[in-house]
Amino acid sequence: MIDIPELALVALVGVSGSGKSTFARRHFAPSQVLSSDAFRGMVADDENDQSASADAFDALHHVAGIRLRRGLLTVVDATNLQPHARAGLVRVAREHDVLPVAIVLDVPEAVAWERTQGRADRTHGRQVLARMQRDLRQSYGRLAREGFRKVHVLRGVDEIDAAEIRYEKLLNDRRELTGPFDIVGDIHGCREELEALLLRLDYVLRHDDAGRPVDAVHPAGRTAVFVGDLVDRGPDSPGVLRLVMGMVAAGHAICVPGNHEQKLLRKLRGRDVRLTHGLAETMAQLAAEPAEFVAEVAAFVDGLVSHFVLDGGRLVVAHAGLKEEYQGRASGRVRAFALFGETTGETDEYGLPVRYPWARDYRGSAMVVYGHTPTPEPEWVNNTICVDTGCVFGGRLTALRYPERELVSVPAAREWYAPARPLVAPTPARPDTVLDLRDVTGRRHVEHAYGTLTVPAENAAAALEVMSRFAVDPRWLTWLPPTMAPCSTATAEEFLEHPAQALADYRAAGVDRVVCEEKHMGSRAVVLVCRDPDGGPFGPGGGVVHTRTGRPFFGPPHDGELLGRVRAAVGAAGLWAELDTDWLLLDCELLPWSAKAGGLIREQYASVGAAGRAALPAVLATLDAAVGRGLPVDDLRDRMAARLADVEAYSAAYRAYVGPTDGLAGVTLAPFAVLASAGASHVDRDHGWHLDLADRLCATDPGFFTVTRRRVVDLADASAEADAIGWWLALTAAGGEGMVVKPYAGLAARSPKGSLLQPGIKCRGREYLRIIYGPGYTDPEQLAALRRRSLGRKRGLALREHALGLAALAALADGAPLWRRHELVFAILACESEPVDPRL
Amino acid sequence: MLLTLTTTHRPATDLGYLLVKHPDRVHSFELPVGAAHVVYPEADERRCTAALLVDVDPLRLAGGRGGGRGRSQSAAPDTFTLSQYVNDRPYAASSLLSSALAKVFRSALRGESRDRPELAAAPIPLQVRVPVLRCRGGSDLASRVFAPLGWAVTAVPIPLDETHPGWGDSRYVDLTLTGTLRLADALNHLYVLLPVLDDAKHYWVAPDEIDKLLRAGAGWLSDHPERATITRRYLAHQRALAGEAMARLAEQQLAEEPPPDSVAGEEHAGAPRQPSLALRRREAVLAALEASGATRVLDLGCGPGALLSALVGDRRYTEIVGTDVSTQALTLAARRLRLDRLPERQRDRIRLWQSALTYRDDRLRGYDAAVLMEVIEHVDPPRLPALEDAVFGHARPATVVVTTPNAEHNVRYEGLGAGRFRHADHRFEWTRAEFAAWVDRVAAAYGYTASIRGVGDDDPEVGPPTQLAMFRTVATGTTVETDTAAAAGLAEAR
Repeated sequence: MIDIPELALVALVGVSGSGKSTFARRHFAPSQVLSSDAFRGMVADDENDQSASADAFDALHHVAGIRLRRGLLTVVDATNLQPHARAGLVRVAREHDVLPVAIVLDVPEAVAWERTQGRADRTHGRQVLARMQRDLRQSYGRLAREGFRKVHVLRGVDEIDAAEIRYEKLLNDRRELTGPFDIVGDIHGCREELEALLLRLDYVLRHDDAGRPVDAVHPAGRTAVFVGDLVDRGPDSPGVLRLVMGMVAAGHAICVPGNHEQKLLRKLRGRDVRLTHGLAETMAQLAAEPAEFVAEVAAFVDGLVSHFVLDGGRLVVAHAGLKEEYQGRASGRVRAFALFGETTGETDEYGLPVRYPWARDYRGSAMVVYGHTPTPEPEWVNNTICVDTGCVFGGRLTALRYPERELVSVPAAREWYAPARPLVAPTPARPDTVLDLRDVTGRRHVEHAYGTLTVPAENAAAALEVMSRFAVDPRWLTWLPPTMAPCSTATAEEFLEHPAQALADYRAAGVDRVVCEEKHMGSRAVVLVCRDPDGGPFGPGGGVVHTRTGRPFFGPPHDGELLGRVRAAVGAAGLWAELDTDWLLLDCELLPWSAKAGGLIREQYASVGAAGRAALPAVLATLDAAVGRGLPVDDLRDRMAARLADVEAYSAAYRAYVGPTDGLAGVTLAPFAVLASAGASHVDRDHGWHLDLADRLCATDPGFFTVTRRRVVDLADASAEADAIGWWLALTAAGGEGMVVKPYAGLAARSPKGSLLQPGIKCRGREYLRIIYGPGYTDPEQLAALRRRSLGRKRGLALREHALGLAALAALADGAPLWRRHELVFAILACESEPVDPRL
Repeated sequence: MLLTLTTTHRPATDLGYLLVKHPDRVHSFELPVGAAHVVYPEADERRCTAALLVDVDPLRLAGGRGGGRGRSQSAAPDTFTLSQYVNDRPYAASSLLSSALAKVFRSALRGESRDRPELAAAPIPLQVRVPVLRCRGGSDLASRVFAPLGWAVTAVPIPLDETHPGWGDSRYVDLTLTGTLRLADALNHLYVLLPVLDDAKHYWVAPDEIDKLLRAGAGWLSDHPERATITRRYLAHQRALAGEAMARLAEQQLAEEPPPDSVAGEEHAGAPRQPSLALRRREAVLAALEASGATRVLDLGCGPGALLSALVGDRRYTEIVGTDVSTQALTLAARRLRLDRLPERQRDRIRLWQSALTYRDDRLRGYDAAVLMEVIEHVDPPRLPALEDAVFGHARPATVVVTTPNAEHNVRYEGLGAGRFRHADHRFEWTRAEFAAWVDRVAAAYGYTASIRGVGDDDPEVGPPTQLAMFRTVATGTTVETDTAAAAGLAEAR
């Protein structure tokens, strides 16, 4: 039985003909085995071309490195008889912090020779085999020294044939533990505070006969996790050890070592260790304990594993934190990082090492909880948090409840130890405000709860320009509205879009209930409003109003004024308390269209109307005169008359969306969805809830807000459908843009088959469409051509953007780090640079 | 779109002979974008009007029937992309009308007439009306281009929307030209000048357009006072083409008449011309770089590469990186540097990367110097701390050279309204005090020393037009912890 770690670099060692390839085939998947012969073939078209060996091993090492980086077991099928060849493999393994393992296949030379002769492509002589055999003998003693952590030797054909591989988990792999956990920060001998904290967390303490706490149990079965630095500086390190060791032994807690435990162990082992940084206190306290307790302590610390990967890989605990590449890996430097963190190599004015802020660059998906560096206030940085709140220095002892993400702490009884440097106030700038170009550029695969989206590099490049030059601060840019597909093209005579199709689209998707919302013809406005006009969790400023592409809406001062109106309404409607939040994200339409798009209306729409209204009467006058002269131009004249009527209708269409505004005067806001609030994404609430909240906002300030009119339609109810169609006809006849049909269940509605539905389907009015398709699009010939429009691309795009938007809202609610939220929002913007018919 | 041509020559109906279109019939022609019709709304002895009516098919104009070709090259999704479907081309006179004119009245344009050759060669009383002409530059320009040719010009602006009188006039005029001219001349004037006033050609401008222009402009364009505008616009702002056309026009002028005494536009002798501010700024930046001793340099926000060209020309720079957030700018820079034609060793010195200054970019670390020439003022003030972190905190070159306008100097620019910026995309322009405060803060936060100097003539009252700051990292030994420094910088900025 051969035990090898689940993630390892396995070097097969053996002479030519020892059966390495056969062994590899029998025990490993073909993709796991990198054979030197195959690589020789790859680089030289000849598996036996020894002159290609250097290049072949170059390529082999490269591929092995990539596999190990990706966390895949890798087996190297080569003779590996010479130290330099093995050194290359050990180096690759170390670079990726995995254990190198050697499996030696030792067969009698005669067997190897027999097999070699049986192969037509092996031409080397017996003396070569003899040399290999010598190399193998010499290798035996060296393998362990060369860095192979496990060496398995299989002697003889029978032993080789009988061998079985068994995989063993790494000690740090505790993914099966799912918690819930209470992760306790650096204790440093503060037993009193530890007891108080455990009680606060509802643990029940158990005491020994001397009344000393030796265990603590949580009635709900929670597990305590200690991030290390149990000892030194404080008043009762033995007491802390006794309690923690008891909890670990009873299975009520797990513990990773801190640098102080490491140093204590070295001292206990009799090494020459300076009694600084509070070790003297611990040694003095331990001197009062019986020798067997001290021995237990040494054994306990010696058995601690540098870090744990927990809860299916979603949680990592290490004393000083752990970067993504090191998680679940085992090597000296992984252990050193877990114990000491990363330092810049510099020391600060207090003589303490300057720590490299690894968390700022952290992009891993696992939450990392750690201690080591005392801070007054724990702060989330890119899904990592340091829970050392300097208890021994007179701060607090803190625990993080997982998965709740709640912090619980108790104050220190007093300052037990004077800090070498003052605990700095938390930096007011959130360190995760820093974005890296790698987070957004290049061809990217953005993974999220609704799938994986591939962003082509050129789309990302286009989005980068828009985002960095025109968009609001990324901290405030939490979501972008997805593009919306129109309904399937109408079949009824004079319509291109008709509600019957919109309803049929959802019916076909298995939806039984929809809401038809009036489509306001204005400009999309996403409003993120904070209760505090100057602050809030997104940085100073109180909120933001942005367009569908993330640009500031009007810019100062109107955006601030607009936010003020919304803030007041949210307060008056009582929503801050009701949703238990200090901010709200609203999806709205701002009216009239001319408020934001006045320039566009004048430059494009009115100009076309002016040209048409001036040109066509002149044309008609000319043709009338020609008709008067008896020329056969009646058909042409009638066509031109129809065209003039179209231009008049077109002019009426755009005029309906023009209203007098002066600053915010004349502007109204029509909210229709409450997307998110503190800690909550509201995508699973039905549209009744969203519209009810919107109505309540409108009721507090009817002069500023516009109500979104709607009809709820049961798709099985023919009369409700007819009513909705009649309503749409009336709305559009009165100059309305049309309506949006949405699954009543809410934004994240899914089909009965479980796939995400279009969040809305627009159904635009016949007259409105003149400003999209041209004044005369209703001409039967044009209409026939336009009916051949293809919607697939637009629908696909709408769904992709919608999924990203849902993921962005979830990330916002979960307090995900900025880079992650930005990655998702950025991807939505990148989708928008897809070439799609702009008329859809 | 419509154009009418009226004559009161007796017999007026001879117009039919000149145009080779019988007044009592309807003449229809197929065009790539629709149909053209010639009809006569009036035709008698005293007065005859020919109307050219172009009936544009919107579907054909948009290219392809129905959907399909709706590809928006929208890097900026806010830009208007529907204009290819909703536009004024069916109504306003444009190059489409010119094309129709050339096709329908081909022999008349050449001044040929089988039936009335003498009349074709003689000036006759004419009235031309174009009821809707897009006239970029206003009705005034219409007068300036037609009046020198002998026309009495009436250009009545058309209101943008009668229901919104506050919106004022549209860009269209109702144009009437009256004069006594050869019909062929009149048609050639219209053929060239309608698209010139419209200023939006419907087809790709190829070099053979020069020949077309010179042919149609023979005899009147070479000494037209607006010939530069006409040439430039006709050739759709293609500078190289326009330059060649102007040169050929000048040759014609020499052939046709004695050379004029002086050539307009030449520099006055004696007074040495001041180098432009852009050039002086570039020189100041190059001098600062030279002083820094840098050999591996970054031009952050390089744009189309004006500074890069200068850097490439200097052998001391062994590695030159230009970055810009606009891929289009980088393409222009690559073209300007002729990257594809440089020898390999030269090309290896140059890198052009898309990067955004509000994001950290690992590729930019480890260089000797970075230049931010007229860049920071294009960044929204709340985003400046991110730029500071990315450049001074993360890329952290030993030298950083920053230039930006001096807002105080703006009063010296005529035509720049108070409170206006020098460029539409500037998000701010700083006074000397504001710039100095920023420089001090950034230098302190990130461990740089800095000095400021002016670029351009130092005005005693308002200072130089451009200000330049040179940052140098504090000598090694005093280590500054980047992280806290950055944090301090961010904190202060907010």
